[in-house]
Amino acid sequence: MSSNTPDDLLRLSGLTKAYPGVVANDEVSFDIREGEIHALLGENGAGKSTLVKMIYGLVKPDKGSMTLRGAPYAPSEPSAARKAGVAMVFQHFSLFDALDVAENVALGMENPPPRRDLARQIREVSETYGLPLDPARTVGTLSAGERQRVEIIRCLLQEPRLLIMDEPTSVLTPQEVEILFETLRKLKSEGTAILYISHKLEEIRTLCDHATILRLGKKVATCTPSETTARAMAEMMVGSSFAAPAAKHTTPGEVLLRVDNLTMPAPGAFGTPLRGISFEVRAGEVLGFGGVAGNGQDELLLALSGERTTPRGTIWVKGADVSRDGPVARRAAGCLTAPEERLGHAAAPNMSLTENAVLTAGRRQGLVKNGFINWKRADGFAGDVIERFDVRTPGTHVAARALSGGNLQKFVIGREVAQNPDILVVNQPTWGVDAAAAAAIRQALLDLASKGAAILVVSQDLDELLEIADRFGALNEGRLSSLKPVADLNMEEIGLMMGGAHDMEVAHVEA
Amino acid sequence: MIRLEKRPQPSKAWTVATPILAVILTMLFGGIMFGLIGTSPFEAIRTIFWDPLFHPQFAAFSRPQLLVKAGPLILIAIGLSIGFRAGIWNIGAEGQYIMGAICGAAAGLALYPMESVLILPLMIVAGALGGWGWAMIPALLKVRFGTNEILVSLMLVYVAENLLASVSSGLLRNPEGMGFPGSRNLSQWSSSQNLELIPGTGMHLGVLTAFIAVILAYVLLTRHIQGYNIRLTGEAARAAKFAGVSPARTILFCLGLAGALAGMAGLFEVTGPAGQVSIDFGSGYGFTAIIVAFLGRLHPVGILLAGLLMALTYIGGELAQLMLGVPGASIQLFQGMLLFFLLGVDVLTNYRVRIGKGELA
Repeated sequence: MSSNTPDDLLRLSGLTKAYPGVVANDEVSFDIREGEIHALLGENGAGKSTLVKMIYGLVKPDKGSMTLRGAPYAPSEPSAARKAGVAMVFQHFSLFDALDVAENVALGMENPPPRRDLARQIREVSETYGLPLDPARTVGTLSAGERQRVEIIRCLLQEPRLLIMDEPTSVLTPQEVEILFETLRKLKSEGTAILYISHKLEEIRTLCDHATILRLGKKVATCTPSETTARAMAEMMVGSSFAAPAAKHTTPGEVLLRVDNLTMPAPGAFGTPLRGISFEVRAGEVLGFGGVAGNGQDELLLALSGERTTPRGTIWVKGADVSRDGPVARRAAGCLTAPEERLGHAAAPNMSLTENAVLTAGRRQGLVKNGFINWKRADGFAGDVIERFDVRTPGTHVAARALSGGNLQKFVIGREVAQNPDILVVNQPTWGVDAAAAAAIRQALLDLASKGAAILVVSQDLDELLEIADRFGALNEGRLSSLKPVADLNMEEIGLMMGGAHDMEVAHVEA
Repeated sequence: MIRLEKRPQPSKAWTVATPILAVILTMLFGGIMFGLIGTSPFEAIRTIFWDPLFHPQFAAFSRPQLLVKAGPLILIAIGLSIGFRAGIWNIGAEGQYIMGAICGAAAGLALYPMESVLILPLMIVAGALGGWGWAMIPALLKVRFGTNEILVSLMLVYVAENLLASVSSGLLRNPEGMGFPGSRNLSQWSSSQNLELIPGTGMHLGVLTAFIAVILAYVLLTRHIQGYNIRLTGEAARAAKFAGVSPARTILFCLGLAGALAGMAGLFEVTGPAGQVSIDFGSGYGFTAIIVAFLGRLHPVGILLAGLLMALTYIGGELAQLMLGVPGASIQLFQGMLLFFLLGVDVLTNYRVRIGKGELA
C-alpha cells in the first residue's frame, strides 16, 4: 500500500464498473494532483464517461475506491460530490432558455444566495477569470460559448477543488477556445485541479500536464502530453497504428456542383435562414465549410439533398438546374448527401442495415425494379458496404440502432461512397467517431475525390477540414465567407472567418 | 426494484408471444371479473371462446357468423394498419364504412329493378369510391392545412351517421316500404345480392376480399417500395424525407386506401348480412377494427388472426349474454381488457425486465 503523496488531490484505485455485456471500467487507477490539468483520453466507448460519472457520484463503482485528499471519498449522488469540492461541466448544457443567467446559476445551487448578491458574485467571478457574462441576459440569446461560461461560473461559485470538463471545446470557435484555456490556466494557478476530457489531441498537448489514456475500459498508458506527439497519443488510444489520410494531388476538373445566390427563409422558429450563398465544387476537389453549429449547416444540407427544394436557378448539378428536384431526382443526377444526424435522419433506428441500404441506394444500385424491392441484392449491397468500410456488426439483419455511433457513421458514409457519386455532400462526417474510424472515413472521401468526384465537407472539426479540404469557407449566420485555399490559412484567419468578420479583416491582415 | 432495460433490437420471439400472453391475461382477469359478478369463470370463458365453434346446438348457427363478423373487421383493419404503420391515425373508418355502404347502395338502387351481372361490381366500385372520398376530406385538410387527421376523421364519423339517418328515411327509403325507414333489401335483389360463396360457411364476397387484402398488404409491406416508404415514414419521418418520400403523397395514399377498403366493407355488409341501408346500419366495425389492427401487431397475418379472435369474442359474448345472462357491459369490458393487456405487454418486445437493484446512470 502506498500512501498519498502530499500533493495528491484525488486518488482512484481499482475502479471497476460492469454493465450487462460490457465492462465499462476495469481496475482503473490513477491520481490527480492538486492544481494540475489532467487529460482523460480515449476513443468513444473507452469508458471515459463512466469513470467521470463515478467521480461525480452519478454511478456507483462495483469495486475499487477513491480518496480525496487522503480521506475516503464515495459520493452517493452529485450533491455529495459538489459538497466535497468536485464540480462538473457537462458536454450538453442543462440550461433554461427562457430564464436569465443569474436564475440559471441559482437553479444549479443547493442554497442560492439572494438574487442581488448572486448577480454581484457572478460579475466578480466572470471578471476574475476573464469570462465576460452579464447576469441579466436571457440564456436563449447566448452563443454556445457564452452558455458554457454560465455552466463554468455555476461551478466556480462553489469554489471546487476539482473541476471536470467533458469535451468543452466541441462547440467553441478558436478564439473562444483561447479564452477558455486562459480561464483554465488561471484556475490551475490558483490550485484548482481540472480533469479534462477530450479527443482533440493538439488541445491536450497545449493545455494539459498529464494524460491518462483509456482503452476498452482499462488504463493503458500515461504520458506527459507536451512531450508526446499527437500521433503517438492517438495510437495509444486506438492500440495500433493507423494510416493518416494520404495527401492527394489532383488538379480540379470541371464544375460539378454550383450553388448560385441561394437565399432561403429559416425552416422553423429555431432555424437559420440562408443568405446569398454561392460556391462551386469541381471534380476532384474537396471543399470544406467550417463554422460553429447552428449557423446554417443543417439548412444548407437540407437544400442540397433536396429535402427542401430551393428557388429556381440556385442549385446546379453538372450544369443542370436541380433546384426544384426532390432527393430522388438529385440522387439520380449523381448528387448524394449524408446528413449529420445518423439515427433518425441518415438511418431509421429500428430498421435493419439491409433496409437502411435501400433508403438511399434503392434506385441507383438497382435494388428496386418496377416498384418491387430485390431484398437479395439489397442485402448484398449492405454486405459490400459493411465489408468495404469495416463496419463492425454481426450482420446485415442488425437494426441500425444496435450499432455504435462510429460503426453506423461508417455505414451511412459508406453507403453513399459505395454508390460512386459524382457529388458527395457530407455534414460532420466524423462527429463522435473514434480516431481509427475517422481516419478511414476521411481516406474514403479523399479516394472518392481522386476518382473525380466533387466533395463538400461541412464540419465543426477544423483539424479535419484543414487535413482533407483543398479550399475552406466558413458559415456564419447563414452567410458563407469568401473561400480560401487551405494552404494559405492560419488559425487566426479561420477564427475571423467563423466569427463572420471575414472579408475586411482578412484583407487587412494580408495587406 | 423492477427495471426495464431497452433491448438492442426488438425481440422477434416476444413480437409473436405478446398477443398470446395478452389473451391469456385477459382470460385470467376476465375470469376473475366474471367470478365477481357471480358467474362461473370457467363457464364464461368456455362460452365465449369454445361454444361458438363447438357447441353441439349453437355452433351450426354461430360458426358461419365467425367469418361474417371477421370479414369486415379484417378488411377495415388492413387498411387502417397501413396508415398506422406510417403514423397516420385514421380513427374514422366507421364513417368511411357507412359512406361506402350509402354510395354503393345508391349506385345500385339507381338502376333498380334492372337485372345485370355488372350491377354488383359497379356497386363495389361506388362503395370503394364513397369510402375513399370520405377519407380524402381529412387527408386533403391535413396535407393542405396541417389539420389533425385524428380529430377530423373522427368527427366525420358523426357526420356520416347523420347522413345515414337522413338517407335511410329520405333519399334511399324503400318506396314500397310502407313508410318505414330503410332502403330496399339489397340481399334479395338478385343483381346486388352478396351471397355466401360456399353455403353454411359465412364466406361471402367481402370475406374473400378481406383475405385477398391480407395477401396484397403483406406483399406491399414486405416487397414493394411503397410499403417500404410507408414503414420508413412511421419509423423515422426525417429519414423518410431524406430518402425522398413525399409526406403528402403518403398521407393521401394511406388515408385513401383505408377509406376505400372500409367503403368496400360497408358495401359488402349492406348487400349481404345487413341487407339494407337503415338507421342502425353502423355497427361499430370501424372502431373495433382499430383494436383488431393493433391486436394483430399491424401485421397482415396478425390482423387476420386478430380479426377472427375479435369476431369470436363478439359471438361468444352474445352467446354468454344469452346463455349466462351476463350484462353486455361486462363483455365490452372483457374486450377492453384484451386491448389493454395487449398494449401493456407490448413493452416486452422492446424492453427486457430486470429485477434487482437499480442505479442512476
